[in-house]
Order: sequence, then structure tokens, then C-alpha cells
Amino acid sequence: MTAVLSVKDLRKQYGTTIAVDGVSFELRPGEILGLLGPNGAGKTTTINMILGVLEPTNGSIAIEGIDLATARSQALTHTNFAAVYAPLPGNLSVVENLRIFGLLYGVKDLSARIKELLHQFNLGSFANTKSGALSSGEQTRLCLAKAMLNRPHLLLMDEPTASLDPATARDIRVMIRSFMSQGVGGVLWTSHNMYEVQEVCDRVIFLSHGRSLLEGDPKTLPAQHGKNSLEDLFVAVAREPLTLQQIGAYGI
Amino acid sequence: MVFDRVAAIILRQYYLLRGSFSRVLPLFIWVAIDIVLWGFLTRYLNSVSGSRIDFVPMMLGAVLLWDFFIRIMQGVTMAFFEDVWSRNFLNIFATPIRISEYVLGLVASSVLTSSIGVLMMLGLSTTVFGLSFFTYGLMLVPFILVLFLFGIALGILGCSAVMRFGPSAEWFIWPIPAMIAPFAAVFYPVSTLPGWMQAVSHLVAPSYVFEGMRMFLAGKVVPWQMLATGSALALAYVFLAGLVFKSTYLHAVRTGLIARYSAENLG
Repeated sequence: MTAVLSVKDLRKQYGTTIAVDGVSFELRPGEILGLLGPNGAGKTTTINMILGVLEPTNGSIAIEGIDLATARSQALTHTNFAAVYAPLPGNLSVVENLRIFGLLYGVKDLSARIKELLHQFNLGSFANTKSGALSSGEQTRLCLAKAMLNRPHLLLMDEPTASLDPATARDIRVMIRSFMSQGVGGVLWTSHNMYEVQEVCDRVIFLSHGRSLLEGDPKTLPAQHGKNSLEDLFVAVAREPLTLQQIGAYGI
Repeated sequence: MVFDRVAAIILRQYYLLRGSFSRVLPLFIWVAIDIVLWGFLTRYLNSVSGSRIDFVPMMLGAVLLWDFFIRIMQGVTMAFFEDVWSRNFLNIFATPIRISEYVLGLVASSVLTSSIGVLMMLGLSTTVFGLSFFTYGLMLVPFILVLFLFGIALGILGCSAVMRFGPSAEWFIWPIPAMIAPFAAVFYPVSTLPGWMQAVSHLVAPSYVFEGMRMFLAGKVVPWQMLATGSALALAYVFLAGLVFKSTYLHAVRTGLIARYSAENLG
């Protein structure tokens, strides 16, 4: 079966600074893959490269087997994303934003799809409200509705629940899980909430200083590395990346 | 080319205009002020000059055509600025939209918005000052075509500058028409200019329009070859502007400017 996303030897260098250094991974259909790491580890840079808004210095990205560098438009047709730092234009209403992005993603039967998403993300009463007037939780729900517009095969979620209260964050996780249960694609998820990662992700990759250090099941990975929890492992990655890299390399 | 994506850019502009008095008003208010100011000035000149020259079609007509060019140019840049102001680049350029579709959307948005200003200009100049675009007969077609293409070209170049240098480069865009006007010979023949300015003037497509307009009003035969040169120049500028925008976009993707546009200094 073709991987939803295939990233090979991805590297991004700005002058002498290396933001991402030889990262490779695959995302399988039906999988939620967590991309973890401290601030500046290269998670968002990696996501930006997968979204086609940042050109890699080296390496390749294929979405459902379509090479992003040579067929960007085709590769992005079934891709979408939600990120805490990319709110939709605040000067357009919820419905206007969804209609515009629906057209950009070539969504069929757009009016019905928008209606469906307004209901699914509990945005019906805000349909004609300017997005900028929504609370941060409502804006996040709108970004997620936009991200679901084209029923993406590859969904990129960069800290999607960062600004949400625990109850709303839980609802969002349920929605993503429900989307995944439809079996249409895979999700690449970044978060600093290790509880969330453990609950949502099937597999995680730890990045530090642009390099992939560890990979595995978030439920079993901490114990494999002598840590009590995923959060402890995260802290260790942030503070002792070299030690963990050696552990990863030698399989200790 | 997927027209739904082009339509998305046009629709966005329509939604913004529909709900915003502060966006709609500038589409015609400056044009109206220009027409009123120049209309009365030309009337006054007609009354005191004692010559047989009718200043209304010559000067007010020039203002009318020049404003048309400015509306077209600013229509493109304003549509682009909406993405700058709402920090929407990441959302827009992470979709399957192609650069050609995005630029075509900006141009089509400009046609939509500038047509409002043009209608206002025509209404005022015709009803109050008795001047219509149709004064120029068939010559109107090449006049409008050259100014439209040149406006599009400068609009796209302006967008490239803002994309390359960041939101603060917006101020580069507004003075462009004023900087070009002396070379475009809007109100006087190119021959009035010193040699080096004439040389520059020959590279400015609208100068052929205004030379042609004056010849037409003086009852002379307008050489079509001159207007063909103006059209060819304007077309070449559109092509070049497209290349510059594409290259600026690729630079922005390479350096990370698209992803972190507000940082301005990544390039």
C-alpha cells in the first residue's frame, strides 16, 4: 500500500544554520504520527516543507506517491492543515472563509459540505460571524473545519489544541479520531501536550536540533528508554539529545 | 488552470468589498475628486485662454485615462494586500493554487474593483463636464488596452516588491504612478521633455497613448504603428512582471518568507 506521506533525507539549511537535518519517515494510511520535540527542533520547518511553502535544501517529499517538488498542485489537492499560527482571515465570516478555501481545494458540492462541517464543528451559530470576532477556541474549530473541507488524505496538525481548554481539546481529539476512523488517510500531529500525544498518536518521532532521534509507540517508548512517562522522555530529549541519540543508534 | 481557484480570489475580494464601506469608498472617491478638480480647471482654462484649444478633452480626458491606469494598478495591489494584511499567505499558498491562478485572480479582482471607479469617472465627466470616453472613437480601444496592460504589469511588480521586502514595502507602491507620470507625458507632448527624459518616455507604454490622444484631438491621423508599439511594450511588461512575481515567489519559498512573512528579513 502506498504511504500517505513519504519523507526522505529531508534537510533545510539557512546559511550556516541547519533547521532540519536528514529526516526520513513514512506515514501509513490510517495512522496518526506524532512529530515531537522541543521548540526549534524542526517540527514546523518540516511541516512547512510538506505543505510546499518552504523548499527543502535536500531530500524529497511524496504525498500518496506524488512528488511535491515536481507536481505541487496535484500533491496538495488531498492535503490540508491546521496550525495555531495560521488563523483564517479575521475580516471574512466563517462561511465566507469556508467557501473560499473550498473553492481553492476544489471541493465538490461545496454548500452541502460547508453545512456538514458547520454542524460537525458546532459552528452553525457563528456562520455569518467574522472569524476575527470568534474566541480562540472557536477560531481553532474553524481552522479544523477548513482542514477537513477536502476530506484530506494527508492532514497536518501543528499544535492544533494549543489554545484550547481541556474540554474543547478533548472534543477536537475525538473529532480527529472520528475523521481517522473513516479510513481516508493519515495525520501528522505536533503537540507539546504529551498526554494528548499518548492518547491520539499511533507512533511518534522525536526531533531535536533538526534530527530524528527516536521513533516508536508512545505508550511503550518511555519504558524502553528507562523513563516513567512520555513527558520525562520529552524532557530528556530536550536536555540530553546526544545521549538519547546514542541510545537510539545502539538500540539500548 | 483551474478556474474555481481563480474564482476563489475574486470571491474573496467581493466578500471584502460587500461588507466594508472603507474599502468601497476609495474605489471612487479619489477619482471623483480628480474629475471635479480637473473638470473645473479645464473649464476655467477654456474661458481665459481665448485659444481654439478645447482643454476639456485634452486635459480632463488625460486625467480620465490616467486615473483608469491607476485604478487598474491599485486594484491588483489592493487584492494582494488583503493577503498581506490578514497574514494569509501560509493558508493560501498551502492550497493547490498555482501562481498563475493566483495572479489571474488578482487581475480579475482589479477589473471588478476598478470598473466601479471607471463608471463613476464616466458618469461625472459626461454629465457634469460633457466629456465621454467615446470622444476618442475607435482609438479608445488601443488606449484602454495599453493602459490596462501597463496597470496590470505595474500592479504585479508592486506585489512582487511587497512579497520580497515585506509588509513595510507597501509604501513603495503608492508613489509609483506619480513617479511615472512625468515620463508618461500625460499633460504635455514627449517633445517637451529633455533628451534623457524622452529616452525614458519611449520605454513607458502610456506615453504612446497620451501622444496618440493629443494627435487625435488635434485632428491628425494617429499612426497605428505607434499604438502597436505601446501595446507591444505593455504586453512585454506584463510578461516580465509575471516572471518577476514567479521568481519572487520561488525566492520566498526557498528562504521561508512565505511561511514566516511578517518577519520581513528572512530573505
